[in-house]
Amino acid sequence: MSLRLYAIAYLVFLYAPILLLPVFAFNDGTIIAFPLQGFTTEWFGELGRTAALHDAVQASLFIAVLSAILATCLGLCAARAGTMASFPGKRGVMGFIMLPLVLPEIIVAVSLLVVVVQVLDLGLSNWTIILAHTLICTPFCIAILNGAFANLDPSMEEAAIDLGETRWGAFRLITLPLVTPGIVSSLLISFTISLDEFIIAFFLSGNTPTMPVYIWGLLRFPEKLPVVMALGTILVALSILLLTIAEFYRRRGLARAGLRDTGGFL
Amino acid sequence: MTDLITLSGVHKYYGDYHALRGIDLTIRQGEFFSLLGPSGCGKTTLLRTIAGFEDASSGSLTIDGRDMKRVEAHHRPTNMVFQSYAIFPHLSVAENVGFGLRRDKRARADKARAVGEALEMVGLAGYGNRRANALSGGQRQRVALARALILEPKVLLLDEPLSALDKKMREQMQVELMRLQREVGITFILVTHDQEEALVMSDRIAVMFEGEIGQLDDPETLYRRPVSRRVAAFIGMMNFLDATIAPAGARVALDVAGLGRCEVPASQAPGGVPAGAATVGIRPETLAILFEGESAPGRVVDGVVDEVVYYGDMTYYDVRIPGHDAPLNISMKNLIGRPVLEVGAPARVAWDERALVLLAR
Repeated sequence: MSLRLYAIAYLVFLYAPILLLPVFAFNDGTIIAFPLQGFTTEWFGELGRTAALHDAVQASLFIAVLSAILATCLGLCAARAGTMASFPGKRGVMGFIMLPLVLPEIIVAVSLLVVVVQVLDLGLSNWTIILAHTLICTPFCIAILNGAFANLDPSMEEAAIDLGETRWGAFRLITLPLVTPGIVSSLLISFTISLDEFIIAFFLSGNTPTMPVYIWGLLRFPEKLPVVMALGTILVALSILLLTIAEFYRRRGLARAGLRDTGGFL
Repeated sequence: MTDLITLSGVHKYYGDYHALRGIDLTIRQGEFFSLLGPSGCGKTTLLRTIAGFEDASSGSLTIDGRDMKRVEAHHRPTNMVFQSYAIFPHLSVAENVGFGLRRDKRARADKARAVGEALEMVGLAGYGNRRANALSGGQRQRVALARALILEPKVLLLDEPLSALDKKMREQMQVELMRLQREVGITFILVTHDQEEALVMSDRIAVMFEGEIGQLDDPETLYRRPVSRRVAAFIGMMNFLDATIAPAGARVALDVAGLGRCEVPASQAPGGVPAGAATVGIRPETLAILFEGESAPGRVVDGVVDEVVYYGDMTYYDVRIPGHDAPLNISMKNLIGRPVLEVGAPARVAWDERALVLLAR
């Protein structure tokens, strides 16, 4: 009984703040407080009319799509090398490229800012954010794709080569279809990570803020808070949707290759 | 038979590890050849070198008269059945079998017929549309065979193909592989650690230890006339007894611990007559316990039963004889009227000097 209470308390603690988002997003009142004033879709409508927001969303989508693709490509190479090849110092190298996973983002952000502005003498733009997001997303991609590659029989590519395919042909015809679910899953997760990443984007953004940075800017205006709530609601829904699709593909990949589920991110 | 594959002076290093230590080997057209040895002896490395998945560090390899130095795996006239079978799980059985025909210019219908024939050959006719995932171990093995044979390679390489199957299935597949090899007439090279499998299936066997070939012979010679103690110990059971020897021309005089003096032709020392101290090997089935009323034409020593292992058709005895430390291992068929002796019972052991093999100690 007490265990059940604990579990419920735990879930409330985790999710109650997020549940408040849609509640106030549809609340007809600018003050975020109970009692609720009534139902409105006004705040969602205002989202549609704010041009600056559109720019921010556009920048965020651009950054998220590109960094997802870059990070997944890098992750693909690393995971394949890590699971199917053997070379001296492999363990060290694999450990080293997973390091950004545990590096504080603020450190990454500051050091990248120094490198980009002071050392390389480049201007800040969406591209600097893309590079930084690729950096922080890659370890996640490697972790996901490692799972996809780990259970893959290394003889399969050899068998395809043995049957007349080139190395690339064997990879394209055999390995790639078998890890495709992992790739989809990796793309979606890095897209999600990049989309709502704040610290790095805040340090490295150029003229156009990304969406999280824009939201942070809105917080200075209390009357805009319900709009932020509306935007947050959309983001939560989108994140859940994307992560569900990612997990679906990951599981389908396991089933397709006839493998045991050894747990993923979800 | 003509020579198909020639390896000379093949070495392979993995860093400091010397996996192949100078392999000289000729494999003939159309033979069933086995590479036999304990794990880590280099047999799989050798097979993969022939397939083109490993590059020899030095030495040369020719297949059908062509030097394979710069020829990549996908251009070699070899196909392989992998230990894990490496069936492509996302393709159907027919797509798996027809995978090697992708680059073939033949019409679609011709390819489909070739796939059908290949499936029929391995006894899987009508399985083409099944998902490869849904097959049993034995069926996967057959798909792997059909997939490799459809390209009509000059050599089929088999890497421990039966090790994942249960005993009954394994024995059935041994017979089928032999039949298949006779039918297609292709050279088969089998890698195995199972000496029984190698003896049953092969025309010739190379026994490998630590990157070297210990002996290369047909199964019978290998079993009856091993050239060294480790070959003798690896293939089947063998009793080893100390002996002192005195060569006398074409014959060798022996004094075998526990058995006594005798004389054998030098041909019973296939590894060459050792000098001074030697080991004598004798197989369990060439020794016999004399039961009541039985007599032997050869020599007899008296011993005591030390251990009895009953197998139904056979009984394995350990018999201690004076003058020799380890008990002798003797296998006896359980013929009508033969009792199973008990531990501690006296046993008269008949032996024959023709069954002795002289080995270096």
